Amino acid sequence: MRGQDGARPTKEASLTTTSITVAETPIVLYALRRADDALILGHRLSQWCGHAPMLEEDMALTNIGLDLIGQARLLYTYVAELEGRGRDEDSYAYLRDAPQYRNLLLVEQPNGDFAKTIVRQFFYSAFADLYWRAMTASHNATLAAIAAKAEKESAYHLRHASEWVIRLGDGTEESHARAQAALDELWPFTGELFEADATERELIKGGVAVDPAGLRSVWSETIGGVIREATLQTPASSWMQTGGRRGRHSEHLGHLLSELQYLQRTYPGARW
Amino acid sequence: MVTGRAPSAGRLGPEELRQLAWRVAAQVVDPEIPVLTIADLGVLRGIDVQDGRVEVTITPTYSGCPAMNVIALEIEVALLRAGIAEASIRTVLSPAWTTDWLTEDGRRKLREYGIAPPRPGGGRRLLFGQETIACPRCGSEDTHRLSEFGSTACKALWRCAACREPFDYFKCH
Repeated sequence: MRGQDGARPTKEASLTTTSITVAETPIVLYALRRADDALILGHRLSQWCGHAPMLEEDMALTNIGLDLIGQARLLYTYVAELEGRGRDEDSYAYLRDAPQYRNLLLVEQPNGDFAKTIVRQFFYSAFADLYWRAMTASHNATLAAIAAKAEKESAYHLRHASEWVIRLGDGTEESHARAQAALDELWPFTGELFEADATERELIKGGVAVDPAGLRSVWSETIGGVIREATLQTPASSWMQTGGRRGRHSEHLGHLLSELQYLQRTYPGARW
Repeated sequence: MVTGRAPSAGRLGPEELRQLAWRVAAQVVDPEIPVLTIADLGVLRGIDVQDGRVEVTITPTYSGCPAMNVIALEIEVALLRAGIAEASIRTVLSPAWTTDWLTEDGRRKLREYGIAPPRPGGGRRLLFGQETIACPRCGSEDTHRLSEFGSTACKALWRCAACREPFDYFKCH
């Protein structure tokens, strides 16, 4: 279907009207999972543009979002190369439905108040920082190169989020309560960070991926130190949510994608 | 055929062509920080010539740096103006770009432009370590950070307590 403004159809237009399916070989699935994490969290942060509590934070959140979307682009481009079907980064972002997305449930959680956005970023960045640093030793040269860029960026993301957790927790009664509520609400989504299914265990064995379970103790120490300094409480271990890596998402992802994919779904193949 | 093609480029030997392409590409400036060339930044990694075709290798600063697309386009345009039509741009990720590749000349130009340059060898900083950044205007080290993230991905926003001026700081990366 063409838009009334005559969005120029491209060679691929007839293909882009429907969702694509991706042949998920282990390495493709691996890269898609990380790309989806980065894209969805990056998109969430972009929703703060013009709405952050102050100008500096508006710039910070969108800058972090930009880094993440950049990481997603590199990973999707690699997926396209692996697939060799003439797709590009945009195909994966715009033409897959929610059940085909492989991101962590944590990153698709709504922005909520500022404290919730910061805590979500804090949990994720504390993990991503460790994860990408370890991935710089991957036997896969492309993933190692992407990791080398991502780890430098995530260090800044973690510092930013950590400083805010401390400021909010050790701030007013109101900010303390909101930060604690955010920690408690998002805690059940942190277990998924450390999961590795059979596919991923094969890649770990081959030195392509790193075992996230091995990062858990350092992650716990990192976040525990900040949470203590913030005069907040680390939530007690509890039942953990799971499913994102297999495409079983919370209801929030579909709404996010309807916004993210709107243009390409309405005017297939539109370019500008 | 490209009209207005400089007559000399087509007749150059591979090494001369490579040198010409380097000189031309090295003059392309960063669209966000126009006092710095991509050579100053260390974004320009190399030029290869194969069968009269020029391949320019560049590396991105930050994964999501929007300037990269513009830089690639500007290189192609600059080469075309110099009579080199047969050119392609290749982006490499490894080794990862670091602010340590910023040339001394680049650091001086940044300071003169009002941006505090990154300290060489900054490497991976301590997460909660103290940074001492000299004000690019008055040189005072009595400065503090206003925001971790500034007007572009590569900068943070700082303020000098001595001259009271806010300034950009090119972050270590």
